[in-house]
Amino acid sequence: MDLTHNILSMLIWLPILGGVAMLVVGDAGDAGSSRAGGMRMLALGVSLLTFLLSVFLYRNFDTATASMQFVERVPWIDALNVEYYLGVDGISAPLILLTAFVTPLVVIAGWDSIKARPAQYFAAFLILEGLMIGVFSALDAILFYVCWEAMLVPMFLIIGVWGGERRVYATLKFFLYTFLGSVLLLVSFIYLYVQTGDFNFFSFMSVPLSLAEQQFLFIAFLLAFAVKVPMWPVHTWLPDAHVEAPTGGSVILAAIMLKMGGYGFIRMSLPMLPDGSQYFAGLMIALSLIAVVYIGFVALMQKDMKKLIAYSSIAHMGFVTLGFFLLWSIEDGAGAELGLTGGMVQMVSHGLVSGAMFLCVGVLYDRVHSRQIADYGGVANTMPHFAAFMVLFAMANAGLPGTSGFVGEFMVIIASFKANVWFAFFAATTLVLGASYTLWMVKRVVYGEVANPQVAALLDLNRREYVVLGVLALAVLLVGLWPAPLVDMMSATMQQLVEQMGHSKVAAL
Amino acid sequence: MNLTDFAPAGPEIVLLTLLCVVLLADLFISDERRVVTFWLSIGALLLTALALVATSPEERILLFDGSYVSDSLSQLLKLASVILVGVGFVYARDYLQQNQLLKGEFYILGLFGLLGMMIMMSANSLLTMYLGLETLSLSQYALVAFDRNSKDGAESAMKYFVLGAIASGALLYGISWVYGVTGSLQFHDIAAVIRANPDMNDMPLWFGVAFMIVGIAFKFGAVPFHMWLPDVYQGARTPVTLYIASGPKIAALALFLRILGDGLGGVHDTWQGMVVVLAVLSLVIGNVVAIAQTNIKRMLGYSTIAHVGFILAAVFCGTDQGYAAAVFYTLTYAVMVAGAFGVVILLSRQGFEAENLGDFKGLNARSPWFALMMLFFMFGLTGVPPWVGFIAKVTAIDAVLTAGFPALAILMVLASVIGAYYYLRVVWYMYFDVAEDRSVLQAGMETRVVLSLNGLAVLLLGVLPGWLLKLCLEAIG
Repeated sequence: MDLTHNILSMLIWLPILGGVAMLVVGDAGDAGSSRAGGMRMLALGVSLLTFLLSVFLYRNFDTATASMQFVERVPWIDALNVEYYLGVDGISAPLILLTAFVTPLVVIAGWDSIKARPAQYFAAFLILEGLMIGVFSALDAILFYVCWEAMLVPMFLIIGVWGGERRVYATLKFFLYTFLGSVLLLVSFIYLYVQTGDFNFFSFMSVPLSLAEQQFLFIAFLLAFAVKVPMWPVHTWLPDAHVEAPTGGSVILAAIMLKMGGYGFIRMSLPMLPDGSQYFAGLMIALSLIAVVYIGFVALMQKDMKKLIAYSSIAHMGFVTLGFFLLWSIEDGAGAELGLTGGMVQMVSHGLVSGAMFLCVGVLYDRVHSRQIADYGGVANTMPHFAAFMVLFAMANAGLPGTSGFVGEFMVIIASFKANVWFAFFAATTLVLGASYTLWMVKRVVYGEVANPQVAALLDLNRREYVVLGVLALAVLLVGLWPAPLVDMMSATMQQLVEQMGHSKVAAL
Repeated sequence: MNLTDFAPAGPEIVLLTLLCVVLLADLFISDERRVVTFWLSIGALLLTALALVATSPEERILLFDGSYVSDSLSQLLKLASVILVGVGFVYARDYLQQNQLLKGEFYILGLFGLLGMMIMMSANSLLTMYLGLETLSLSQYALVAFDRNSKDGAESAMKYFVLGAIASGALLYGISWVYGVTGSLQFHDIAAVIRANPDMNDMPLWFGVAFMIVGIAFKFGAVPFHMWLPDVYQGARTPVTLYIASGPKIAALALFLRILGDGLGGVHDTWQGMVVVLAVLSLVIGNVVAIAQTNIKRMLGYSTIAHVGFILAAVFCGTDQGYAAAVFYTLTYAVMVAGAFGVVILLSRQGFEAENLGDFKGLNARSPWFALMMLFFMFGLTGVPPWVGFIAKVTAIDAVLTAGFPALAILMVLASVIGAYYYLRVVWYMYFDVAEDRSVLQAGMETRVVLSLNGLAVLLLGVLPGWLLKLCLEAIG
């Protein structure tokens, strides 16, 4: 059987159908039952199989071309000219890999810690995985939007059912914020459909639009994507959602869902609205730098570990948007490409690192049931193996060379140097700020004397946790030491994007 | 004229005949065996549906001297309302039995109402329309008061009746003006007169149209003529609320499409302004006030008003695309709301009326499958993909944008964000809160099956909406 013709469909539908099957069978609400055990195995099996499929995708991915690969295209809703149109290029392929890589880890991480209704929990994650892959591979706007918004439902339930004390508030805020952001995206899509006659992304890219239209559409797109990234000042849902979500939910939120905003900018805002993007590039750079500097300071002051990592996520995602919108400030094409590639690498790296950080907090939370930094101290004495992992990930979060965190940030800083020294100056503050807030947290939690009897009673990592953190550590080091395969995947697409951005759509009118 | 000429009105004739049979048979059925009436009614509905399929016309047929029309639009709307009334009957059975309300009247009145709806959907003259409307309305007034021990029911039936009579009066008054101006009661003649006299002094016509729109807006429940709706939804027994919320909304849409589209399409700039005011007010007020509700029936009442705003926004475009979107929206809305009330009915037990939102607390722990179905209905009503409410929203926005009203489109989606809050609240109660009452919901086999089908229909129609969209476009085109 030749998988290449429908590999994307399989990547989307395998986890979704697996999740639906789990919902139908159910677990009678008891985590200890043998049926619940079977459900866990099923979830792990499905997610691992999906990961294998994504490896297959990677092996067959042609890095030499910028055009869409593994394309599947069939009519879906004739009356509206909607197609089931899938395909990947250098922008989406790394993110699909990331999604398929992180989900099995999340399943393993929730193995013992989810006591209530495990079947529904794992089903929600599997359905979520399918939808996220759908977002990254859809080339039809309605298909994209369906996945984009349907994703909110499992996440809403994950935070609401398995979350912390203020979970209802957090999950409502999460849902309403993102829903509000994305409805205008829908209106924009339909507006473009009225102009072009179909929902194909490529028609949207080629249709000529006046500057005023592009400005309006850019703002509508911005609302949707900025909420997801999230950019300052629409970031306030994120710390709440992260803090209240169960560990797995935080990991998926940070590792994958935030990437959707960045993906939206690079897949839609930039190529569909080049003049609008150019018009607002200054604003975008300013907002990104505010995220990097101001949110960095905010992170420094956090007392709750999850909140601290959530704020550090916002700051790191600022690099992504910064890298994307440097394009017009840089004269040479190579520099512009560096910014875009840097942003993409940063997305992948942040997916790994922030996911790992949340998992580390999860390991502690499972044992002590507290996220407060003040409740810990001297963890290294009782959990030496865990401490080693946590320090590694913290270093990656701070952007230490040799870890994945360094590569993306460095590329973006270089690109911003070419654009404007002041951009680079503010962007580079992250090297100080990131190190301060992350390492200060590590110092307070991991090092020092054993702070209290609870810490003294801690047990080190079990085998399951070892596997999860070990795999992530390898990935972080791999991307950090040898980013070439990742960059190669993207380079053809990035060149084409830079070239495409050079053509004004207003001129085509 | 020979007998076969009546064939296009066959479904109505079949329904009326069977209805009389049920009425007579019910006299001879003892209270313990009242279930037979239920099955007889279901049988009547099935035969009516069969008659509909058998008589489906290939082209537009006029009969009774042009006061009755049978076309693909009437066919589609009738079939949908027959199915919805049947679904409502199924959901109602256990509830009525438990509350000692299983009486023949419920089914008889329900079937009479359905007859009224079908006449409205096939009306080609203002008088036929009025006839159908009154048949439906009178059945509904009686249904609301159908539990004679309920003070709330009597009160809301009284309100409904008085206000409904005023609205009917307004409609009739408007009809007389339009008749006076155009000299005809039949829609195609009215349209022809308007086409032939483009420079007609339209002040009297405008006056008549205004009164007619008041009447129709009342029946539809559009702001500012919505006051009866929450009270009636709350006061009526839940199966009756389900009945009022589903089929009659489709009939009310037929009223709009036939009168405004078929009859007055030529002067749509005279009524457009009025309809858009109704649409905007309904969208905003329906959604905002729904947030404050703690009674689920009342909340769904206000949510109906909000959805009516969406439907009217599509009608307002005055284009075929807009009308088709309105049909799609109304049909799918009726399916979702029928399911939602179906779950509310299930939640009630003997002597316990599930009316408060709080009664949904912890439903996921009690009956995960029904909770999942309710989740489908709630997210469907919110307009979240992949449920069908999303596609309905897309078609309506598409129509509005194509007609060139981006501001209205933006208002529509923003209103739907407000709406999201109160639908999510139901999901939150079901999934995030702990139940005070841990009992599992009891439901008969056919209720389980129909409710599951209803929920899956909301999902599957959202995933594969193409065929229904096509039907709606053909019905209008």
